[in-house]
Amino acid sequence: METTEKKSITQPDENGFYGEFGGAFIPELLALQVEELRINFEKCKNDVSFLENYHSLLKDYVGRPTPLYLSQNLSAKYGCKIFLKREDLCHTGAHKINNTIGQILLAKKMGKTKIIAETGAGQHGVATATVCALMNLECTVFMGEKDIERQAPNVGRMKMLGAKVIPATSGSKTLKDATNEAIRFWINNPDSYYLIGSAVGPHPYPQMVAEFQAIISAEIKNQLFEQTGNSLPTKVIACVGGGSNAAGAFYHFYDEAKVELIAVEAAGEGVYSGKSAATSILGSPGVLHGSLTLLMQDKFGQVTEPHSISAGLDYPGIGPLHAETISTGRVKSIPITDNEALNSAFELCKSDGIIPALESAHALAALDKIAIQLDDVIVVNLSGRGDKDIETYLNEELKMKN
Amino acid sequence: MENKFKQEKKQVSIFITAGYPKLESTVEQILFLQEKGIDFIEVGIPFSDPMADGETIQKSSSLALSNGMNLEILFQQLESIQDKVKIPLVLMGYLNPVLQFGLEKFLQKCQNLNISNLIIPDISFEIYTFKYKELFEKYKIELCFLITPNTSNKRIELISKKCKNGFIYLVSQNATTGQEKGEKDLSNRYEEIKLLCKNVPLMMGFGISDKQGIKKAHQYCDGAIIGSAYLKALENNFQEKFMADLL
Ligand SMILES: Cc1ncc(COP(=O)(O)O)c(C=O)c1O
Repeated sequence: METTEKKSITQPDENGFYGEFGGAFIPELLALQVEELRINFEKCKNDVSFLENYHSLLKDYVGRPTPLYLSQNLSAKYGCKIFLKREDLCHTGAHKINNTIGQILLAKKMGKTKIIAETGAGQHGVATATVCALMNLECTVFMGEKDIERQAPNVGRMKMLGAKVIPATSGSKTLKDATNEAIRFWINNPDSYYLIGSAVGPHPYPQMVAEFQAIISAEIKNQLFEQTGNSLPTKVIACVGGGSNAAGAFYHFYDEAKVELIAVEAAGEGVYSGKSAATSILGSPGVLHGSLTLLMQDKFGQVTEPHSISAGLDYPGIGPLHAETISTGRVKSIPITDNEALNSAFELCKSDGIIPALESAHALAALDKIAIQLDDVIVVNLSGRGDKDIETYLNEELKMKN
Repeated sequence: MENKFKQEKKQVSIFITAGYPKLESTVEQILFLQEKGIDFIEVGIPFSDPMADGETIQKSSSLALSNGMNLEILFQQLESIQDKVKIPLVLMGYLNPVLQFGLEKFLQKCQNLNISNLIIPDISFEIYTFKYKELFEKYKIELCFLITPNTSNKRIELISKKCKNGFIYLVSQNATTGQEKGEKDLSNRYEEIKLLCKNVPLMMGFGISDKQGIKKAHQYCDGAIIGSAYLKALENNFQEKFMADLL
């Protein structure tokens, strides 16, 4: 039947494209795995008992709903209402577990016993190791050698949870390379389940991860209504590595044209310093990890090595939904440097007693970059807590003092 | 047009990475392999993130890139030996470098060089059908699709119908390049695939490393392709011995 209703941008077409971006650019060696995943995701996403399981684990195991906290101090500083969506209070300390709960239930349904994942900051690795322990499944996590060093606490947590952590030693030894290794392992072990950690990869991953993270904006709507009488904020701000927390925080607002959506990218040492991960500014359309998206690359199509102080944002691409919505102007992107993020992290510690993840600190720093009106109601998605970054914070604080 | 890959004789092919081990090696290697009697050569376009490749091809690709290899240079090299090359060349590479070069310009260059077959593993059969088919047909270039022992019969039939002037690339096992897993005896499956593809040339590759591997592949296929094993020989400057043992 013809429907006159405009299709939501959150829904890709039958080939997995969001406008120009997305799709499944995969070698035949992955065709079966991806097709199996697509069919099973289609079945589960509207299945009542699957969704009941998912929501009950989110409530009783993850601790959802996470608070929507009106920060008096930030509100006073910026002269409007500033809410923090406290994903840092999820079990394991970041939003990543929303997705791993959903995908592990799917993997279970598919009868999978071996789970693989890539991780950057280690939050997705920990969230995967956690749900694997919960479901008694074997867990292997690929992590760039450089990230293993700078996110040591999370490596320890994964190991304690029984996961095998395999260092990725190729390329920049960060998230991109861990993803390559995970994909290769999946090719060699087609029976395993690849539990991807961000809204990237071949269709249906970007859609699936966005839908498992959409709980964030569903809660924001309810909580805002309870607290202010209006379910719509004026602005939502989230950081983008691959884009899972941003996709979740924006999800139920994409079709509300009045809500401004702001995606914050890591500018490293400066957008044009050569040490940056500001993909939407520096990138151009290209194919990496199975989807056509915005990609940092040289003029010959070789992927360039990104840089960010934050391991979770140190990725040369963004999810195809973000590539599309930034290209059309629906979402605005703002670059934040390493130093700006560090300053915001220290500030939030002092003003609100919250140590944010380095990734989330990028989202906070964007408050200094946007025009703010008195009647603004701004939600900043605080995607994770900063325990994993303590060593970086203390080292940087020392450097700043000297 | 005759299908160049439909031959009475069983074919032997070698994969090389363009610009490996030296930038100029592409030209040397093509002429060397032709002289040794190789039937066709797969010329690999290096990419920073080769997701279906094992360590050997990964390493050769990153070395080739640090040697300065890119598509502009590769086409210059191929043009310089155009008159000397009598055997088919098949370009193989991931999509992104081709997209940045410009797909249409790329196909045009291939046509000019009389290269009529490409292998681009991350263009899936579906993506090809709805996005790129027309452009390939315009330049009469045929994409050789990969199949694996796990590919369904229905899909193999569908793919083999699309193959007119090229070949189907049978990946010997579900694994990245350069490994001989050999844990399962796939001979029955290969027999089935041979029947499903009886009208089109079938070439087997991935994990074939020596004369014995070729012999085995030839039982089911029209040709066998060696990749990583030859690159390893090149790395150690053993290519003369390698070829002597092979043929
Ligand atoms: C706390 C936190 N926030 C954000 C991110 C970035 O990922 P994404 O863009 O998928 O939300 C990460 C990734 O590791 C993270 O750990």
